[in-house]
Amino acid sequence: MPLTFYNTKLADAVNWARKYSLFQYPFVTACCGMEFMAVWAPKYDIARFGAEFPRFSPRQSDLLIVVGTITERQGPVLRRIYDQMCEPKWVIAFGVCASTGGFYQNYSVMPGADQVIPVDVYVPGCPPRPEQALDALVLLQERIQRGEGHSQVVLKQERGYEVPLAAIRPTVRGGG
Amino acid sequence: MAKIVLDRMREGFTAGEIIETGSMHGNEWARVAPCAWRRVAEFLRDDPATQMNLFVDLTCVDRTPREPRFDVVLHLYSVEKKHRVRLYAGVAEKDPAIDTLVPVWPGANWFEREAFDMYGVRFAGHPDLRRILMYPEFQGYPLRKDYPKEKRQPLLRRLPGSV
Repeated sequence: MPLTFYNTKLADAVNWARKYSLFQYPFVTACCGMEFMAVWAPKYDIARFGAEFPRFSPRQSDLLIVVGTITERQGPVLRRIYDQMCEPKWVIAFGVCASTGGFYQNYSVMPGADQVIPVDVYVPGCPPRPEQALDALVLLQERIQRGEGHSQVVLKQERGYEVPLAAIRPTVRGGG
Repeated sequence: MAKIVLDRMREGFTAGEIIETGSMHGNEWARVAPCAWRRVAEFLRDDPATQMNLFVDLTCVDRTPREPRFDVVLHLYSVEKKHRVRLYAGVAEKDPAIDTLVPVWPGANWFEREAFDMYGVRFAGHPDLRRILMYPEFQGYPLRKDYPKEKRQPLLRRLPGSV
């Protein structure tokens, strides 16, 4: 009982720290990027939520933001970037194209980034307002605190722990 | 506007290479026999009266059910003479092939690859004819009218519910 108690409290504390220090990797492919840039700018200022710092290396980030249309050809690239990110990690699909493929129903466009990677929060809109990106971030923070992110659930189920002993553990293909 | 271009073409090719010419909204066009495609292009580039030294665009149109099924479309412009012309060449569905224009204008390289990628028209003599937009695993030619409109050929899919 005491061990469980401490584990739970530790997970709460770690999740609290995680949700306010998200390091984002913006995977920007299309016009949504224009709107998304405003989220970093002073007027909307994503820094207020502790997620201001875009890292352009998947190894250094734990929040993948898919901004824009994903083509079938990009699928393996997107998956590889997700695999390279450190666990636990989260994904926001920004805009209808990243969420569902949007108005593209054709040979080239993937019907949503969730065809190749698990998405935690979908943001509709073409493009979404910057406020929606902030709303999505707050939604994600709530999920992180509750331990409901996809990779958090998998960590708990497959590996048996909620808080990794080492904070930085990149996913290795084929588990482990 | 550029009647001189059509006149020069008709003067230079009298053996039926120029099938039809026309002019609409001030834009001149000509339908060229596919066997003379490369020669007409070289002529238009080198003739002092035309000087078509700027390759603008090359693409393809699927005109199903017309025969020949495909039209290869070439847009040319002369920087010196400030005139432009549009050339068509019909390509049959069976063995869709036409001469490459890369030796005439090197800029044609990627445009011909795109036309090959989307329509399956082969450009004989092209130095590097392979898909440019789609992946090598892709089957068929997506902009042909008989390609199913929403048919996807995924490279990768994750299982539902998995990470």
